[in-house]
Amino acid sequence: MGMAQLRPVHEEVSYDTNLAALDVAHLYKTFVKKKGKQRLFGAETKKVVAVEDVSFKVNRREIYGVLGPNGSGKSTLIRMLSTLLIPNSGEAKIFGLDLQKDEADIRKLLNRVSVDAAFYKKLSPRENLLYSARLYGLNPGEADVKSLNILKRLGLREKAYYEPLEEMSRGMQQKVAIARAFLTAPVLLLLDEPTTGLDPKSRRDVQEFILELRDDHDATILLTTHDMPEAERLCERIAFISQGKIVAEGTSEELKSLVDGAVTLEDAFIELTGEALHEDE
Amino acid sequence: MSTIPVRLQTGLWRKMRSAGAFVFRDFHLTRRYASWVVVFLFYSIVNSATIVLIGVAAGDSMQTLNLILGVLMWSFLAVLFGEIANSISYERWEGTIEYTFMAPVSRLTHLAGVSLFSGAYALIRVIIVLFALVAFVSLDLTGANVLGILVVLLVGSLSFMGLGLMAAVLPLMSPEHGAQGTNIVQALLLLISGVYYPIDILPAWLQPFSVISPATYALNASRKLLGIGIEGSEPGQLAGQSIASVLPELGILLLFGMVFIPLGLFIFSKAEYWAKQTGKLKRSG
Repeated sequence: MGMAQLRPVHEEVSYDTNLAALDVAHLYKTFVKKKGKQRLFGAETKKVVAVEDVSFKVNRREIYGVLGPNGSGKSTLIRMLSTLLIPNSGEAKIFGLDLQKDEADIRKLLNRVSVDAAFYKKLSPRENLLYSARLYGLNPGEADVKSLNILKRLGLREKAYYEPLEEMSRGMQQKVAIARAFLTAPVLLLLDEPTTGLDPKSRRDVQEFILELRDDHDATILLTTHDMPEAERLCERIAFISQGKIVAEGTSEELKSLVDGAVTLEDAFIELTGEALHEDE
Repeated sequence: MSTIPVRLQTGLWRKMRSAGAFVFRDFHLTRRYASWVVVFLFYSIVNSATIVLIGVAAGDSMQTLNLILGVLMWSFLAVLFGEIANSISYERWEGTIEYTFMAPVSRLTHLAGVSLFSGAYALIRVIIVLFALVAFVSLDLTGANVLGILVVLLVGSLSFMGLGLMAAVLPLMSPEHGAQGTNIVQALLLLISGVYYPIDILPAWLQPFSVISPATYALNASRKLLGIGIEGSEPGQLAGQSIASVLPELGILLLFGMVFIPLGLFIFSKAEYWAKQTGKLKRSG
């Protein structure tokens, strides 16, 4: 019995490419956190607002940047859009598909790179990537060739492809994380500080690859960063996020023009949000 | 020529490939942790041998056979249960759980993949332990219904897969306490199932709990198939019963599987929803 040839998973989903690639409306997310010392019967808790009334739209084949310091809600936003967190309220649509109602279809359309490269560290990049490829139903032989090509393109030595990830630097691991996301040819790619921890050369390699993916593979990209030059180089439009709220949105030039005397994007950010980008939580 | 519609065929093939991803991953992880696998196997062999030698010391060959059955059956079911339950713990520690849960894979496919590898791994371990035990005691299984025992093992696996999935909820909620919880569940199953002793020697208040353990029925059926407790049965001339004689136990085991797997999936899906609401999937837990 001949098996039917498998198509990429995203081709199994019907979606309207005339609609916004990503349409986020009034998204809220709060967490309950422990306050003070743990007691025998539970602990005192407090409600923390991580994302508050966030709305924005991303067009097809656009690279949209979300710029904010640590703890501003960037990763929570990405996790919600990745179907890993359920919002308290609001909605998000990906090419018209609802994040919660059409979760199974949406998972076929997206992939994500998080700031911390999570892998089976005892396994090699090859084993990790082929595992991921199989999860997405890709042909392992084709995925093997494609994985190696992506990693070579990102500057990884071929020998490292077969060695355990635990022996690699954080920067190298991050490149493998990027390859994992690119491998499945996602329609929407969520990049959560993808170049954090990379050296300048690697950072440039990744940035060029992101542009290539947008231009050659019809991908829409949501990028969070606190790297101003990176945002200016890659993103058509940028949103400033601070304490869970989007405080301004526009092109780099539009954002600078909002503040009198702002020379750089950072000047505009500090003025509009009242905080510096590299503040810790 | 296939009569299965192309769409369904493609869907099934994709699910099989996705389930195969877990087999691929777990095989390579086992390979990378080979030295630990050898250590655990060595411990399992020695532990099994010490239990079986109690029967040898008592000079009771049928008791020895009963203990051998107990160690082998428990070795299989405990590994199957533990591998499924701990697969979530492991993903929590590595931080990969977000990527697994983000992938377009149903929890049933996920369970099938993890169980497939765990079942094969547990079976290989049991075979090695069995061969090692032969070095300690002479085993003449003439008359035993070995094929029937394999059927019991297979049918019993279903309920242990479901139990494993239910126990996997614990590490989903809390990585450290959850892993501790799965070990406690496993220990309690060992206690109430009468693996090495008759249920009626347990304290009276504990005995009713044996009814809810699938291992109880798997062991009862296997004892009949091996000829244990049958008059005139002895090593070399075992009066192993036919598969028809254990149909009630097989029916109960099947029923357990039919209840535990959907129940496990249901409980797991509720826990997954809770984890997504509270942000517990994050690496820090």
